[in-house]
Amino acid sequence: MEIIERANEEAIRRMLAGDPVLVDVIPAEEAIPTLGDRMILHAGPPIDWARMCGPMRGAVAGIACFEAWAPNLNVAAEMAASGTFTLHPNHHFDAVGPMTGLTTRGQPVMVVENRAFGNRAYCTINEGLGKVMRFGGNDAEVLDRLCWLRDDFGPAMGAALREMGGIPLKNLVARGLTMGDEMHQRNVACSGLTLRQLAPALARAIQDRDALARCLAFIGGNDQFFLNIAMAMGKAIMDPVRDIEGSSVVTAMARNGTDFGIRVSGTGDTWFTAPVEMPEGLYFPGFSEVDANPDMGDSTIVETVGLGGFAMGAAPAVAGFVGAGLASEAGNFTRTMAEITLAENPEWSIPALDYLGVPTGIDIRLVIETGLAPTINTGIAHKEPGIGQVGAGVVRAPLACFRDALRAFAQTLGVS
Amino acid sequence: MSGVVINEVRRGFYLDSVALMRLSRVIAERAGVEEAALMMGTPTNKRIMADAGLLVVAGQAAEGGDLVIGIRADSQARANEVLQEALSELDKPAGHGGAAPQWRPRSTRAALKQVPDSNLALISVPGDFAAAEARKALRRGLHVMMFSDNVSLAAEVALKHEARALGRLVMGPDCGTAIINGVPLAFANAVPRGPIGLIGASGTGLQEVSCLIAQGGGGISHAIGVGGRDLKEEVGGITTLMALDALDADPGTKHIVLISKPPAAGVAARILERIGASAKSFTICFIGASDLALPVNARLADTLKAAAEDALGGVGLGTGFDPAARTGRPTPERDAVWGLFTGGTLCAEAQVIFRAAGQSVGSNAPVPGALPLDRAATGHRLIDLGADEFTHGRPHPMIDPSVRDDVLVEALASSRVGVILLDVVIGFGAHADPAGHLAHVLTAHRRPDDVRVIASVTGTDGDPQGRTAQAAKLEAAGVMVAPSNADAATLALACLGCFPVRDPTSRSA
Amino acid sequence: MSDEINETLLNADLKVVNLGLESFALELTQQGVEVVHVDWTPPAGGDPALAELLSKLGV
Repeated sequence: MEIIERANEEAIRRMLAGDPVLVDVIPAEEAIPTLGDRMILHAGPPIDWARMCGPMRGAVAGIACFEAWAPNLNVAAEMAASGTFTLHPNHHFDAVGPMTGLTTRGQPVMVVENRAFGNRAYCTINEGLGKVMRFGGNDAEVLDRLCWLRDDFGPAMGAALREMGGIPLKNLVARGLTMGDEMHQRNVACSGLTLRQLAPALARAIQDRDALARCLAFIGGNDQFFLNIAMAMGKAIMDPVRDIEGSSVVTAMARNGTDFGIRVSGTGDTWFTAPVEMPEGLYFPGFSEVDANPDMGDSTIVETVGLGGFAMGAAPAVAGFVGAGLASEAGNFTRTMAEITLAENPEWSIPALDYLGVPTGIDIRLVIETGLAPTINTGIAHKEPGIGQVGAGVVRAPLACFRDALRAFAQTLGVS
Repeated sequence: MSGVVINEVRRGFYLDSVALMRLSRVIAERAGVEEAALMMGTPTNKRIMADAGLLVVAGQAAEGGDLVIGIRADSQARANEVLQEALSELDKPAGHGGAAPQWRPRSTRAALKQVPDSNLALISVPGDFAAAEARKALRRGLHVMMFSDNVSLAAEVALKHEARALGRLVMGPDCGTAIINGVPLAFANAVPRGPIGLIGASGTGLQEVSCLIAQGGGGISHAIGVGGRDLKEEVGGITTLMALDALDADPGTKHIVLISKPPAAGVAARILERIGASAKSFTICFIGASDLALPVNARLADTLKAAAEDALGGVGLGTGFDPAARTGRPTPERDAVWGLFTGGTLCAEAQVIFRAAGQSVGSNAPVPGALPLDRAATGHRLIDLGADEFTHGRPHPMIDPSVRDDVLVEALASSRVGVILLDVVIGFGAHADPAGHLAHVLTAHRRPDDVRVIASVTGTDGDPQGRTAQAAKLEAAGVMVAPSNADAATLALACLGCFPVRDPTSRSA
Repeated sequence: MSDEINETLLNADLKVVNLGLESFALELTQQGVEVVHVDWTPPAGGDPALAELLSKLGV
């Protein structure tokens, strides 16, 4: 239909025109003024406590202690069960969060501004590997780290960014793609590039040498530091693509550990959900499939902009996570995702694929036609709260939500 | 965590974490191993290994640039054995030697990203889906050949109207044969290039005529299939008319042959009018038709052989073949011919020849003047084995010649059958050795001495199976091989002492 | 229109997109014809209602 083609052209134009810049780190309550007391933003489509998975519950209890809304984890869980906390998706507040993805007013959030459209998106700071809140971790060590991020690291990084006028992300990501990152499972290069740019400004912002060293070591010791920046960037790029009448482009994919949800430009803010699937992947020693929690997090915003599983060809080593996949097959994932996307991003290209641009603009019509679900590169959380990451792998978006979306999309155009 | 834990540290040995996780899984699955891990010795990783009960003193000393191997096994000896396996896996040359499996597109859209200047979609998906795929191909600027059948007439009509508006050709549905710019598509033969253009609603008709033209020393510019229903009133000959326009404008085509069952009257009129407007000469072979008022630049041929002869400018084909010299009559009780055809138009051509000889004939696909099988109690039976009742749930007999076996054995056992008439169609797309299969069935079953088996081979020596080689196999099995399907039918009649009232194998005026 | 068919098909190098029987693609490849074989599956997972909806929305 002509209206769809025109609307999708506009959607692609906006995606490619996006100019995301990492500009600041500020308290969440400052970034999101409506983020009030006892209000918790979570990953994925809307969900209540009763249907939350273990790690999400663990994180809710932990964050309630962090915010001093509860004296301990048990009380926090009881309060959550009795409805004391208001729960909303990050996506409803210009935010995204990895895995459990909890955002509350006291946490620092990184700010990515899309300078082409003037909108901003927010994401918390990546806590590192191991026992961390995004995987449901909630012990003292986890909460202490969150306090340090709030009190020391966040303000320092914010000052550094303000001093340097921000870090433009489009070029940074383009370089990362040529260095083996796909921005979901692998952020080694971009984390390093970010550190390289931030370090001088951080040194000026932090007077105490030991404090500075700790901040630098924190970034340098976390290969996934850039993931949360990439996520805020994805959100900042996709938000201007929302609400284009007649566009069948996916504007968000997100999971809450129970449901997988997508939003489509032409159907506005409606979530189309389906039960989330189990990732297929490799496990850390001591863990196996039986420990795994179903797929979780807002990090699929990275795939929504054409990175992550869509850019697998840039990160051949990551292809090894899928069963018996060969590194040399990595490019096939990217080519396959081009079957369900409308365009290639000429600024984000993959050298090993003869500079093929990453597949951009998921069209729900193409997903349904080909039966090819978006491929998502993901971490795997333990299904019990408080244990953390146990592996990494690949998961497919469930086709059912795309089917529902297609039917609803057709209705908006009077087609049945 | 009852087992024995051992650690081995490789200083300064880096391997990607994904590669290490995969290797860890392999090692952990060895018999006698409770748990195993290979990790770079970063503090985080060492903690994970410690939590998994895989770190002992040796491993604790490792640094971030060192590789730590941790194995917990049911005995010290087993742990050491598996450690050696892990070490040799690490030292094994990387890489699989071969390239990754080639990526394959899942849609026409993606295929066109690979080869943007593709110009033809060859569609053989199930009929329910074929029209939708054809439409997608047309909208992306491709011409279409639809081998698929079971496409609704309404879908065919809609598709061809859209194609005409787009200036694109839809060959089919149910188009078995085409030769475009020298390239044989689906079921087609290796024939030389030349100035004769063919347009045909029938695949085997196109194959027989193109091969006979090759036999007579001629060549083909293009052979365009239009599908079996193109000349029905509902479709109106859209593809045929477009093909006529194209070949009329093609400088490489001097003469055009049109092959079809008799068209609907209104369609025939439009086509003959278009032919009359051309400066080129035409041969019209509407198998089973009669009494057509032709324009002056067109001549009628009753049979495929006659069409080939006419297109060659009156060259006689198979002139060295004398049916009368080859006959040997079966006993008088054996007065029936059973023709078992894999090619529908070859079956029709035989019926026309039988009718011209004044013979009553029954067929499951009767031409005008022939009877349906249920009304032809006795006498000659000419069967199209490619018809739906034989191919339902089975491959076409040109792909799987065993479709003919049962009825062939039945014919051999019948006390009434004096002559068995067969076709063998070779070429691209066809079975690798249909004559060999036939010879095997014939030699495996008793054949009364006076029963004659007659066949022709549609094909050329350029085909993968080789026409001469196929004919030799048939002759070795006691089959009389005629130079054309028409000659085979004439020979069958001659064996019974029947000769055509009018020789339909020669061209009509 | 007849000129267009001549230019784009009859007198052009044939480049084929093959959907369905793989043997057709293999035979063309053996003859040196450029072919892309599509790893075809029924659209919309074979769901006729969805396929119908898709065809109306146009892909």
